[in-house]
Amino acid sequence: MSKAINIIQSSVVPLNTENVDTDQIIPARFLKATTRDGFGENLFRDWRYESDGQPKKDFVLNDPTYHGKILVAAKNFGCGSSREHAAWAIKDYGFDVVVSSFFADIFKGNALNNFLLPVTVSDAFLQKIFDAVNKDSSAQIIVNLQAQTITIEATGEQESFDINNYKKTCMLNGYDDIDYLLSINKDIEAFELKHDH
Amino acid sequence: MSKSLFEKIWEKHIVKTIDGGPSVLYIDKHLIHEVTSPQAFAGLNKRGIKVFRPKQIVATADHNVPTIDQDLPIKEELSRLQVDALIKNCAEYGIELYGLGHPFQGIVHVIGPELGITQPGMTIVCGDSHTSTHGAFGNIAFGIGTSEVEMVMATQCLLQSKPKLMRINVDGTLNKGVVSKDIILYIISLISASGATGYAVEFAGSAIRSLSMEARMTICNMSIEMGARCGMIAPDETTFNYMKGRLFAPKENEWNEKVSYWKTLFSDDDAIFDKEININAADIEPMITYGTNPGMGIGISKHIPALNEITEKEKPYFEKSLHYMDLQPGANIIGKKVDYVFIGSCTNSRIEDLRMVASFVKGKKKADNVQVWVVPGSKQVEKQAIEEGINKIFEEAGFNLRQPGCSACLGMNEDKIPAGKYCISTSNRNFEGRQGPNARTMLASPLTAAAAAITGEVSDVRELL
Ligand code: SF4
Repeated sequence: MSKAINIIQSSVVPLNTENVDTDQIIPARFLKATTRDGFGENLFRDWRYESDGQPKKDFVLNDPTYHGKILVAAKNFGCGSSREHAAWAIKDYGFDVVVSSFFADIFKGNALNNFLLPVTVSDAFLQKIFDAVNKDSSAQIIVNLQAQTITIEATGEQESFDINNYKKTCMLNGYDDIDYLLSINKDIEAFELKHDH
Repeated sequence: MSKSLFEKIWEKHIVKTIDGGPSVLYIDKHLIHEVTSPQAFAGLNKRGIKVFRPKQIVATADHNVPTIDQDLPIKEELSRLQVDALIKNCAEYGIELYGLGHPFQGIVHVIGPELGITQPGMTIVCGDSHTSTHGAFGNIAFGIGTSEVEMVMATQCLLQSKPKLMRINVDGTLNKGVVSKDIILYIISLISASGATGYAVEFAGSAIRSLSMEARMTICNMSIEMGARCGMIAPDETTFNYMKGRLFAPKENEWNEKVSYWKTLFSDDDAIFDKEININAADIEPMITYGTNPGMGIGISKHIPALNEITEKEKPYFEKSLHYMDLQPGANIIGKKVDYVFIGSCTNSRIEDLRMVASFVKGKKKADNVQVWVVPGSKQVEKQAIEEGINKIFEEAGFNLRQPGCSACLGMNEDKIPAGKYCISTSNRNFEGRQGPNARTMLASPLTAAAAAITGEVSDVRELL
């Protein structure tokens, strides 16, 4: 499986809620697995399903109008617990990009480590995306990692987003941090000799 | 050049910096538990590599464990499998495990400090966001995801970008009935649940200096609830007195050497912070949350914000949150009936918390309409509570003293708050469903929780002291 990400063009799933915490993304009772697979099934479990397992009609993931590889959410997405299961669940469900005007730190790191691209846009641009999707549920958004741009296809409106250069290279090439860290093993051992801990 | 506490520690741990990118940060101590480690071990296994420095890792089982009958096999199958996987992985990779049945077992952020594993000047990580707790000793401690757990296991390093720096000064004297939990709930209500995202936060000021280590840990514990990368407090005599003689604390000559180094760990007078906030301790009253994130807190005598006090932009979230809590905008919070009281979690389950509760409830009885669970943070806390007769006080009050673990803080084991019920909880998160599907959580201090246990409703503890 190639993990690399560059250009993603897709319709979006709009989740216009602030402060989506990782307990909502994947509730703790679903963290009992010892593998990384299958968490997509329980993504947004308690917003998505009634306690008897019936899908909740008014939740956006259950609305057939919306689908795509890009999840668009309001401010402070991914706050709370450090559970990487949140990033696994979103990726496993089929998203490659999450767009928000503000991400919690740990979530952002976890997303990047799983080739799920977090794109931070301005409040104004976020509103434009929600407006575009309101107008046309299949509105296309184009995320170009190489160029660091996000574009609303219908209007051509565009914004640039920030990403650390190192992380960008990793995402474009499918490299893990761990590959890099293993490659500098000699430096780490040399550091340990003079480090008192 | 003058430096902040954070910078002094950070710079000592940089192996190298990637051009235009993050730094390679060396990690001194790595704490692991059953929930966020199995996939990391599986990753190592897949790569065919060993744990690089197993002696720098300590493991415990806390998130998933039952809080009754811990001597029996875990009933719930998936929980048992996860705990068993930890036992197997620790044995295979040579990692010290304080699992169920071990006298040191407990919540990972309670046992690190009480065993003297947590020390000033260190870098400490754990696959758990409340790792910020350890920063109370003057170190850089932060939560990481499972991929990062794997990186630290494989290389004892992480790639990190230096966060921005914030200092929060709390000066003055605390009012009667106000404790450290109220300070941190007050701060979060002031700057919001995302107000410190991207920052390392140092807590300073005379009110912070006057706190015990346990109380300082409560504050640093919840710095993640305002989004902070880590929270920290400069070490001082209080820190050294707490640490001295603890099992893994340095001994004799080494102790003296370490203490003289630790004494250099403070922010220099002209250290530069990207943001600084000043708080007057006297402005703080006992706090309680009414909503579904830890920033939605109010002084206990205040009313829940009315709709006209909320900006248009915040309204949808505010209304959704109050709908979940089934509370009315503008309503008073005092007098609200409570069904459960949970005293526990890595925020407030240390011996000092239990003592605080015991001295308040001594000779009193809980209200009939509430169930009260007290879950000590560790076996050692439990043992001490029994030695001090705190268990008797709880028993007479009708409180249920259970065995150590995370318990109803996140409801991964059987300790869940039933749907629709109100729980006053000394834990750190009031997110929807955190304590069980559709459970309604109100966060408060151990004192305010104890007051509710006695009266059966949200009460102002100051009137009961
Ligand atoms: S007590 Fe709660 S917050 Fe603390 S480590 Fe356990 S689950 Fe996390």
